[in-house]
Amino acid sequence: MLPTHIDSTELPRILQRLMAASQSQPEDTAALPRRSFLKLAGVGGLALGAFPHMAMAQATGRQAAASTLKPTQQPSAFVEIAPNGEVTVTHNRLEFGQGVQTGLPMILAEELDADWSLVRSKSGTNDPAYHDPVFGMHLTGGSNSIKNSFTQYRELGARARAMLLSAAAARWKVDVATLRTQAGTVLGPNGRKLGYGELAEAAMALPVPEKVSLKDPKDFKLIGRPTTRLDARAKSSGRQDYGIDVKHAGQLTAVVAHPPVFGARLASVDDSAARAVKGVKAVLRVPLDRGAEGVAVVADGYWPAKLGRDALKLQWDTAAAEKVDSGRQLAQYRELAKQPGARKFDADMAPLAKAPRQLEAEFVFPYLAHAPMEPLNCTVQLWGDRAELWVGTQCAGLDGAAAARALGLKPEQVRVNVQMAGGGFGRRFVSTSDVIVEACEIAKAARAAGLNAPVRLLWSREDDIKGGYYRPMHLHRARIGFDERGKVLAWDHVIVGQSITAGSVFEPFQVKNGIDATATEGMRDPYPLPMRLTVHHPKVNVPVLWWRSVGSTHTAFVMETLLDEIARSTKQDPVAYRMQLFGDKHPRHRAALQLAVDRSGYGKKQLPAGRAWGVAVHESFESVVAYVVEASVTDGQPVLHRATAGVHCNLAVNPRSVEAQVQGAAVMGLSMCLPGGAITLKDGEVQQGNFGDFTVARITDMPEFAVHIVPSAEPPKGIGEPGLPPLAPAFANAIAQLTGKPLRQLPFDLADTKPA
Amino acid sequence: MSALNVNGRDHTVDADPGTPILWALRDTLGMTGTKFGCGAALCGACTVHLDGQAIRSCITPISAAEGKKIVTIEAATDGSDPVGAAVHTAWVKHDVAQCGYCQSGQIMSATAFLKLQPKGKQPTAAEIDAAMAGNICRCGTYARIRAAVADAAKTLA
Repeated sequence: MLPTHIDSTELPRILQRLMAASQSQPEDTAALPRRSFLKLAGVGGLALGAFPHMAMAQATGRQAAASTLKPTQQPSAFVEIAPNGEVTVTHNRLEFGQGVQTGLPMILAEELDADWSLVRSKSGTNDPAYHDPVFGMHLTGGSNSIKNSFTQYRELGARARAMLLSAAAARWKVDVATLRTQAGTVLGPNGRKLGYGELAEAAMALPVPEKVSLKDPKDFKLIGRPTTRLDARAKSSGRQDYGIDVKHAGQLTAVVAHPPVFGARLASVDDSAARAVKGVKAVLRVPLDRGAEGVAVVADGYWPAKLGRDALKLQWDTAAAEKVDSGRQLAQYRELAKQPGARKFDADMAPLAKAPRQLEAEFVFPYLAHAPMEPLNCTVQLWGDRAELWVGTQCAGLDGAAAARALGLKPEQVRVNVQMAGGGFGRRFVSTSDVIVEACEIAKAARAAGLNAPVRLLWSREDDIKGGYYRPMHLHRARIGFDERGKVLAWDHVIVGQSITAGSVFEPFQVKNGIDATATEGMRDPYPLPMRLTVHHPKVNVPVLWWRSVGSTHTAFVMETLLDEIARSTKQDPVAYRMQLFGDKHPRHRAALQLAVDRSGYGKKQLPAGRAWGVAVHESFESVVAYVVEASVTDGQPVLHRATAGVHCNLAVNPRSVEAQVQGAAVMGLSMCLPGGAITLKDGEVQQGNFGDFTVARITDMPEFAVHIVPSAEPPKGIGEPGLPPLAPAFANAIAQLTGKPLRQLPFDLADTKPA
Repeated sequence: MSALNVNGRDHTVDADPGTPILWALRDTLGMTGTKFGCGAALCGACTVHLDGQAIRSCITPISAAEGKKIVTIEAATDGSDPVGAAVHTAWVKHDVAQCGYCQSGQIMSATAFLKLQPKGKQPTAAEIDAAMAGNICRCGTYARIRAAVADAAKTLA
């Protein structure tokens, strides 16, 4: 998702400037009926909450007293305590499986000294209070949620606790220093006791303390304890609602006929049969992402809308659109790779020609769809001068601003209600807000056609697989010179692939000297290698995007298989070889790898005949994950039997969640290896359309899996993505051990690597 | 008009007889626990029971349900059915769900599978995998699904 290379001190300012250039800023809040808007929306929780919504508090002037605290630092927008003691924590991220819906409340509840059995969780909105405190924008990505909000949520909890303590001290007329808290109650002298619920209303009226002291980590009771997700019950009974489940009175559903070639426009539309479908309310021609056009069929449910779409007779004008062909594209990438591109790293390449051992390798990685299980959707309700959206989004602020532009509103006139999402993996964070704008265009056209109803746009699975925003296709070419002991003397490397951020709001701080940092992350480091790395970013008519672990989806594979090959060809143990390269400079890499080695039995356990060990280790999003795997070639297919992970993510806030994230990321990494795990194009059209031809891992592909976490008390780092990158190379290294031939493309193709 | 029996209650649905059960449940009856994932019986997110059999409601028309009984996730996990309850409990205990979107379908597949187990027989790992192979989880919760199904089987034995 969003990579970590953004200069965090610069991002908010740049982003603000970029966004200011295209829209008005919310300065005249007086003109905006925010308070009544919130009431109308049924949000705010004033009735039961001790801490009213931040915007409410400001509107009422309750906390206007010269606080220098930013909205992200004030408990009012984050904690509600009901009279019965229930604590509802609002999380400032999209929950789409990664567990922040539980992890962030754990952090806040720790410092609040809440009774965990009474803690609940809910999603925020595009209110500025829910900005990422480091990036200054709404953002779920880059495995940043816990990392960037750890201190924020601790302080929020500590502030709320301090206010509850002050309220109790006032009630009992005692010195606050004589009070302490325990599991949702304030304890006073002489056995006096008050539940948080009894104090909440009084606490609400107090000023928010600016400075609070935080617990010593050794006193943590919740943080670090394996904890069941707060949504586990709802998600095990069909009671969890997602964006797709939003239902308002009179709501209509829209299905869109998207062009077969990216960016194509309509030549002719015959919608007579579509309009005749029972339940179809309107057929609307709408502008789409990237200058394309489409036809929306609006009906009283998905099925009639889909039947209406099937009945459309459309002719497309694809003349102006580049028609990509994967085979031709690969040939073009190969040509490009013959020449050096823009320079990322440099080193002396003179030793290459006379190195005693030489290795030349080409790697090919296809486009990949994110394919989250919940198909993309967005529900829009328009009122005169306001709009409200319900959508599972990783970037509520960008989406709200894009919706405002599409609807001719000011950003503050658009409320984005962040919904639980059924996966995302980066796909719900698009700088053009493609799905959101599409939904707004339909709602606008529907209103113009006389339909004043909330409209839910719903993409089919085919829309999702064919609709773009893929992990870009990449080609890597490496020429490496090394000696008999495996010491690399020179490494000349070229990467060819589309830039993810070029042309987006992120370009100014992601693309430097013509190189998109998301394309090269994970190259070379932490290995001390004399590498020249150059990059080509061809422009191709295929929309591309970050995809869980971004650049490391390909760079980790290239680095970890090539180093393994050097170790193998110089008859060195792949673990010892890596350890020697890490030296004493990379203790977290060493610890993660050593843990995986120790727990897997590597080098000690005798493997069944036909199996081989594979090893890989990679750092991404500031965490290191190492895998030691066992694999075989069975019936001509690579099979992953067992994987042992060693994880260094610093403090594991919820170890159960860390385990789940590493397992899940590994499965997504495994999907990259399986036959059919690729998106290809012919004549400009995507050739896959559903899970029948775009393959993802199933339970039958799942190896035995163990996750081990290196103990640490250092501030937490990312964990949503780092488990992905090293899985495929570890698997490939095991297969190469068996066949004697390296695997250099994903998905794996054993055609030319028959067992020796 | 089609007559549907869902979770023991009779409903009349005003929809084309070719409408998949999934959309009658979600859009007409407002029962959104059953999920739309692929629309082509490839992912299993829409799994419900039709006369006790796990079926893909996204491709099964309501006309095929006439005179039969549909059971959805809402009823399977409300405590009234011992197998569904055991599966629900195991799912929570093993903290299976991540995004959770596919889990309605996973639970319905697991429940149908365990209902067919002869009393006292523990399913093998391979049998569990085979029973659950039609359900995709893009979050990759498969290790915990395996553990939860085996655990539920144990509690039912």
